[in-house]
Amino acid sequence: MEKYIIEMINITKVFPGIIANDNITLRLRKGEIHALLGENGAGKSTLMSVLFGLYQPDGGEIRKNGQVVHINNPNDANDLGIGMVHQHFKLVEIFTVLENIILGVEPNKMGFIQKKEAREKVLELSEKYGLKIDPDARIEDITVGMQQRVEILKMLYRDNEILIFDEPTAVLTPQEINELLQTMREFANEGKSILFITHKLNEIMAVADRCTVLRKGKLIGTVDIKDTTKEELSRMMVGRDVSFKVEKKEKKPEDVVLSVRNLSVPSKTHKKDAVKNVSFDIRRGEIVCIAGIDGNGQTELVGAITGLEKSSSGSIILNGKDITKAPIRKRSIEGISHIPEDRHKHGLVLDYKLEENLVLQRYWQPEFQNKGFIKFNAVRKYAEKLIDKFDIRSGQGPITIARSMSGGNQQKAIIAREIDKKHDLLVAVQPTRGLDVGAIEYVHKQLVETRDAGKGVLLVSFELDEVMDVSDRILVMYEGEIVGDLDPNKITVEELGLYMSGAKRDRVKEINDAG
Amino acid sequence: MQDRNSDTNKSINLNSIRKNIDFSSFTSALMAILLGLIFGFFVMLFAMPANALAGFRYIALGGFSRLGDVFYFATPILMTGLSVGFAFKMGLFNIGASGQYTMGMFFALMAGFMLDLPNGLHWIVAVLAGMVGGLIWGFIPGFFKALLNVNEVITSIMFNYIGMYLVDMWVRGSSTMYNSTITRTNYIPQSAQIPSLGFTGTNVNYGIVLAILIGILLYIILQKTTFGYELKATGYNKHAAEYAGMRGKTNIIITMMIAGALSGLGGAFAILAPSGIPGSSMTYEPVNIIAANGFNGIAVALLGNSHPIGIIFSALFISHLQRGGTLTTLVGYKPEIIDVVIAIIIYFSAFAMIMNAAIGRFIKKRIKKEHTDIIEDIKEEIDNIEASNNNSKEAE
Repeated sequence: MEKYIIEMINITKVFPGIIANDNITLRLRKGEIHALLGENGAGKSTLMSVLFGLYQPDGGEIRKNGQVVHINNPNDANDLGIGMVHQHFKLVEIFTVLENIILGVEPNKMGFIQKKEAREKVLELSEKYGLKIDPDARIEDITVGMQQRVEILKMLYRDNEILIFDEPTAVLTPQEINELLQTMREFANEGKSILFITHKLNEIMAVADRCTVLRKGKLIGTVDIKDTTKEELSRMMVGRDVSFKVEKKEKKPEDVVLSVRNLSVPSKTHKKDAVKNVSFDIRRGEIVCIAGIDGNGQTELVGAITGLEKSSSGSIILNGKDITKAPIRKRSIEGISHIPEDRHKHGLVLDYKLEENLVLQRYWQPEFQNKGFIKFNAVRKYAEKLIDKFDIRSGQGPITIARSMSGGNQQKAIIAREIDKKHDLLVAVQPTRGLDVGAIEYVHKQLVETRDAGKGVLLVSFELDEVMDVSDRILVMYEGEIVGDLDPNKITVEELGLYMSGAKRDRVKEINDAG
Repeated sequence: MQDRNSDTNKSINLNSIRKNIDFSSFTSALMAILLGLIFGFFVMLFAMPANALAGFRYIALGGFSRLGDVFYFATPILMTGLSVGFAFKMGLFNIGASGQYTMGMFFALMAGFMLDLPNGLHWIVAVLAGMVGGLIWGFIPGFFKALLNVNEVITSIMFNYIGMYLVDMWVRGSSTMYNSTITRTNYIPQSAQIPSLGFTGTNVNYGIVLAILIGILLYIILQKTTFGYELKATGYNKHAAEYAGMRGKTNIIITMMIAGALSGLGGAFAILAPSGIPGSSMTYEPVNIIAANGFNGIAVALLGNSHPIGIIFSALFISHLQRGGTLTTLVGYKPEIIDVVIAIIIYFSAFAMIMNAAIGRFIKKRIKKEHTDIIEDIKEEIDNIEASNNNSKEAE
């Protein structure tokens, strides 16, 4: 009889209309990294929320060291030594790093916070595990990678011994991912037990000891990583064979659809420009990928092109028309479709129904309104068409509230909306962020199809694999400048990494009309 | 078999009811009212135990004997409620309903005194003038919010004071309007008064009819038009609205103008109403006090969950309580007690969300029970099928 630190036995959790967890058993050994693998909506997050006390199971029980425990809320979980890094961080933006870490367990004397004590402990932990942070920086000013380290330090500060990581690598750069995986390994070696939710198979193969696979709320099985392969895991997860290679024909670039000249965009966080004097062209029938580590001006560049941010100098020409100062609606009409970086902030009105979200860019067109009145029948028909064509799954079809949909299907809805809209240029920012293998395959296929339909695609991605596989041309951004215009067929990942880290740069001469 | 089908149907019904937002906000408002009334009763019990029951009867039922007045007094708070609720749909907190209301009154008075128009037209012009007055007073905070990003709460609070003092000053300074012997304005001419609905013994007039129609109109705008779609989208998520190319700034200004116009109409309806209750309308008394009806509008909007139709009912309900409340003086209560009870009801409507969840849990429990029953049924059936399969195999 093996010793398990946590056992979740026959957990069942029912939501109206869906069984999120159907009789799932998961056993976590002490000191192991246990991966939890599954597509979006497979029930991973629900299962972890049950363990963390956010949901009460409708059936089954949880044991710690063999003892049945009841976890009614996150405080109970914390008392049992269970900590969680959520996919969407739970940090107070205007507080400092230190304040966030001690939030809720502030050491105090007579009600006065003893920050000095806390600071020492935090710095000690930070040093011990190589989790670099600035304790006095405000959350809103630091990078996503550092925010995640803050979340991890929060768990360590509370002396948690069971650590849940909910898709921790979705928001990180390749370098940060490596660091994180190493840190996780270190934790495990120290005897902490880790539950690692992800759908990135490479990461599982790299660090996990065992892996439990869920599909559509059901347990498919638990396997030892050393006895399995990436292909087998993906088959277990999706239920069919998945191709990791993006299928695409040779590119056939045609005339220029977007040309950016000497563009500079001011930064919101510091006084310097976030984008400095950038020039490039995108042609119809090619996918141009902006590669680079997060925070090197990609967001601002895309903002200037789509109209969410103002540029300070330079020009943006779409189909021969100057749109540098055009309002967002005008750019949309002129042919820009935009899959935004943050689907919750920009991409969707979460409290609107799916059908209302599907016409977010088009509700004002004669097809959907008459004298200011929305034609709800037309909206419904259109929504049903898109749902069918793009296979958007939801509890109640067109009238599902967007908030209640899974992340992958929310993204599908945005993609459907933007691709189906008349456009010449598709701007896609991290379109596969947080998606599972099946959904990633789907998104890539859509991008390639858009390209093959003779449209230009501007892709911003932090995933090296994606950059290499999908793009026809790579522009590397470093500190607001384009430091390389590369052909993915001619360079290696390592070389690309050098460009991204600023170690190597080409003088990108004139404008790269060569394509 | 038959049973199970009916079970499934029932669970689906319960589900759709639970999912239906309008319903749950309706139930939570009802719960808020019920709990508020109970607590209000305890307050009355505490204040004067002997007469609590009699007093409470007046509060709960007194309004029914004076329905005309309930409608009459509901009109202004219905309009300010719509004003606050409408702006709130876009995520704007229009705390300046009072100032807009006062401006509406003043413009209506001006039109009433200064213009000489035929019967039947005069009052309509006066009402529209009131609307314009409120609209201007709503436009200013909206303009500052949209172009300079000044918080609308601050501007509209300041404009409550500015509006009130300006109006008091202008009224005192106008020899046509102000009558210093009664320290208030003269009574407005008959032609500028809103026609009565003709129920004898009451003050109810066409104002309430118009107010309810405006409420329904707002509902249609919010639910059916592209403007309503944009407005709600901005209220829910202004980033997504911006991303979709909606003109956020213009919409802020338009929304505040409409909200101001609604409050202004409230002021016009109040001051132009023909009334037998002395001083309650047809004349303005400059006493340097901010109009309470503006703030009552916030309460009305809260209780009505910012839904135009909900606001119609909550305005009538609060007016009903107020009318009943005035009767409690007959059994020795101070009139302030009714304000306390209403405040408690509003306080409870702030808990509406919690109650929503509680009701949701209750229904979910029932669904779960049915659900497990169904699963049990299915399992049984599968067992039966398997058993019969086995039997037939054995028979072979």
